[in-house]
Amino acid sequence: MPGETATLAATEPAAKAAPAVLEVEGLKTWFFTRGGIVRAVDDVSFSLSEGETLAIVGESGCGKSITALSILGLVPSPPGRIVGGAVRLRGTDLLRVDEEAMRRVRGNEISMIFQEPMTSLNPVLTIGAQIEEALTLHQTALSRAEVRARAVEMLQLVRIPEPERRAKEYPHQLSGGMRQRAMIAMALSCNPRVLIADEPTTALDVTIQAQILELILDLQRRLGTAVILITHDLGVVAETAQRVIVMYAGRKVEEAEVFALFEQPLHPYTRGLMGSIPHLVDETTERLAEIPGMVPALNALPPGCAFAPRCTMATDRCRAEMPPYREWQAGHFSACWHAEALMTGRSPPPLAGEG
Amino acid sequence: MPAYIARRFMLMLLTLFGMSVLIFVLLRLMPGNVADILFDASGFIDPAERARIEEELGLDQPVVTQYVQWIGALLRGDLGFSYVSERPAIEEILPRIPVTAQLAAWSLLFSVVLGVPLGVISAVRQNTGLDYALRLVSLSGLSLPSFWLGLLILMAFVQWFGFIPIYTETPATPWDGFLIYALPALAVGFRSSALIMRLTRSSMLEVLRQDFIRTARAKGATEQTMNYRHALRNAVLPVVTIIGIEAAFLIGGLIVTETVFNIPGLARFLVEAILWRDYPIVQNLVMLIAVVVVAVNFLVDMLYAVLDPRIRYAD
Repeated sequence: MPGETATLAATEPAAKAAPAVLEVEGLKTWFFTRGGIVRAVDDVSFSLSEGETLAIVGESGCGKSITALSILGLVPSPPGRIVGGAVRLRGTDLLRVDEEAMRRVRGNEISMIFQEPMTSLNPVLTIGAQIEEALTLHQTALSRAEVRARAVEMLQLVRIPEPERRAKEYPHQLSGGMRQRAMIAMALSCNPRVLIADEPTTALDVTIQAQILELILDLQRRLGTAVILITHDLGVVAETAQRVIVMYAGRKVEEAEVFALFEQPLHPYTRGLMGSIPHLVDETTERLAEIPGMVPALNALPPGCAFAPRCTMATDRCRAEMPPYREWQAGHFSACWHAEALMTGRSPPPLAGEG
Repeated sequence: MPAYIARRFMLMLLTLFGMSVLIFVLLRLMPGNVADILFDASGFIDPAERARIEEELGLDQPVVTQYVQWIGALLRGDLGFSYVSERPAIEEILPRIPVTAQLAAWSLLFSVVLGVPLGVISAVRQNTGLDYALRLVSLSGLSLPSFWLGLLILMAFVQWFGFIPIYTETPATPWDGFLIYALPALAVGFRSSALIMRLTRSSMLEVLRQDFIRTARAKGATEQTMNYRHALRNAVLPVVTIIGIEAAFLIGGLIVTETVFNIPGLARFLVEAILWRDYPIVQNLVMLIAVVVVAVNFLVDMLYAVLDPRIRYAD
């Protein structure tokens, strides 16, 4: 596979002070469908340090959520299968442990919250019962009363008013924001090392979105949880994450510290994503930039760069050869033939919708 | 919740009123009355004698008057006299109730105990050999008439054990007593269990695709917890409704099965009463069945509210 050696050579992240709690290496999650093999996640590597917030960004269908589900071993199978790589939680490869051991990891050491708080809670069980369940599954030393008390305590922690009463209520009696708070309470109840938040604010009101993000960050600081934040919203990333991975068509296309990424994106796709954020201060009446076209079908990727068909900078080389994933500046990786040009600012590339 | 119960209760009374009119009118639309049947047996018709019988039984009165008399008496607890045996109808009906009630209860129990878990297993093991086998068995269950299945069961019993459990009011051992009901219950309940299994299966498959199942999995729930605590609690709602409807179909199945197994229950008795145009027995018996069916459906609706908090708090 072209680009493999380059990718492997570049997987080691920049030196970090905090030890890595989760390392994903060369993860490949493929779906074997009638239409062919869909490489939903193809050779994705990253590491997550204790207490860090890592954002994974990209459009729908770029493989963000499947990456998250792969970490927890929740990829629907068939048709999905993890065909290669490693997911190491403090050294233990989760892809090599049995289902029972994996079950003890889920909700205990790695938790996940989902996009749709409306449908992600069981409608016939009380909020309290659903939080207690995680505790009874993993904190077997706790008594019934202690479990109940801890569930109420968790609801209080996520700032749900009248937690005792809310614990006895059902999901349909809570607002969307409240439900997401309850989901967070559930996910954090066993004090996990890693929290995966898959588009946690996408389905919520704009006014609630900021509250929920702030809550996640606050709890992260207090509990020391490492967070993987999956989003398509670069605005959210700027406010929350320390490091960002940009994914496109199942692959990593860029990775950098959040400041470096916003300062100087080294991939046209990242630039495109940034161009589609509205700016309040922008006085001009220009249309928002959009990236032309759609994410290509993952079972029929072009031989070269997957983004080439939509890229305004694309050359013949881009269409023919897959660009290597390289470290261009300290801690700043990108897979683009034109990264150097983007870095030096030579030939400012015109993007659709700009100018 | 109280408003919900009150509303359902009013609806139940209305349904029963409609049923009583329907039963009464349909019965009188049937050609011939008890006098005709009596004369039919003796081979000649004496118009004077016939008129006397009709007058005595009140059959010469207008239909509306007859209806009012029936309902009035029924509300006072007076079921009238059987035309055929000339004994009070209540004495004919009451002793047969426990027989049929036990049979119906066993059938329903059998269909639920068999249908629900097999439906869950079939859904969880979707598209495996076990799933295909269970679906095939359930399809055959839906296609086999209960009297035919009853005959097969009897033949199998004779073949393997050399005897058939014969109905008696005083079985020698509790096991014999159980067998008397279990076999016909199996014949009647098999169809319902097949229906319940198929419905449980499709309902489970639907629920297992839901987001909250993924949440439960991400929490570290075991397969057991996920399938029964999370999925089945949701999937059972439509199944409960079907169980209520099946209770009504069950009575139809009982009529033939009581005949095949020679059990002196209500269902077989009803058929005889219809043949005799024994209005007091038929009217009151069908009304009793209607009350049972409507009451079961009322209970099902209440159960629905217990199982689904979204209904409980709808008011």
